[in-house]
Amino acid sequence: MVGNMELRQSESTLTAMLEGELDHHTAKAARERIDAAVEKNHIRLLQLDFSGVSFMDSSGIGLILGRYRLMQTAGGSLEVVNTPPQLEKLMRLAGLSQLDVIRRNVANKGGDVHDTANQ
Amino acid sequence: MTQPINEMRLTIPSRSANESFARASVAAFIAQLDPMVEELADIKTAVSEAVTNCIVHAYRESAGLIYITCRIFEDGRIQIRIRDKGCGIADVEQAMEPLYTTAGGERAGLGFAVMQSFTDKLRVQSSPGKGTTVVMEKTIRRRP
Repeated sequence: MVGNMELRQSESTLTAMLEGELDHHTAKAARERIDAAVEKNHIRLLQLDFSGVSFMDSSGIGLILGRYRLMQTAGGSLEVVNTPPQLEKLMRLAGLSQLDVIRRNVANKGGDVHDTANQ
Repeated sequence: MTQPINEMRLTIPSRSANESFARASVAAFIAQLDPMVEELADIKTAVSEAVTNCIVHAYRESAGLIYITCRIFEDGRIQIRIRDKGCGIADVEQAMEPLYTTAGGERAGLGFAVMQSFTDKLRVQSSPGKGTTVVMEKTIRRRP
């Protein structure tokens, strides 16, 4: 369940490990937990990690765009990381590449949060 | 019009918890055509969009029933009909424009665009005050 996702914080970076099926029903709980954590902990960088997402419809796009606006308003930024191949078609259709938020191969397995994309 | 070789009907209340049930049921029914993983994902996504539209738009002021009919044909064609008796759409053409949404905030306005590009054919019929019917078709490729 997306609502049970793990939230990891490292300094001012918050990583949400989204999990399972992301639709209109499950996106609501995810949104509420992420937004509360961003606000409470003065987050500058929000990472949405999609590696555990098996299905997503346009509610997932709404979740991304809504968090993009949230982070813009807060003066921070958003990254969409580790998108499985089956979600790429929808992200392409939504034109997410234009926002430049998609990052590949980001190591989020352990407790450390760092970007290996440019190494 | 040829006769379907199989058909299923599903009627569910417009509760958001039923979104996953609806797409999983359609996916389970069409599994007999042995679709590729990607074809199955496309259909699940399109069904999820149509059912979500019923919940978020058609029955936004009330609760109601969503009627799903799925037919499969000899040639691998699947026809999925998703009907509601909700508020209807005054201007279907406008509603189908990508990014157009009346729901605000967290809706991306991509529902019809997804249904259109994830299936082969999409027809939308609506009468304000009476309801909306969405018919989608997709042909599953025969594997050699």
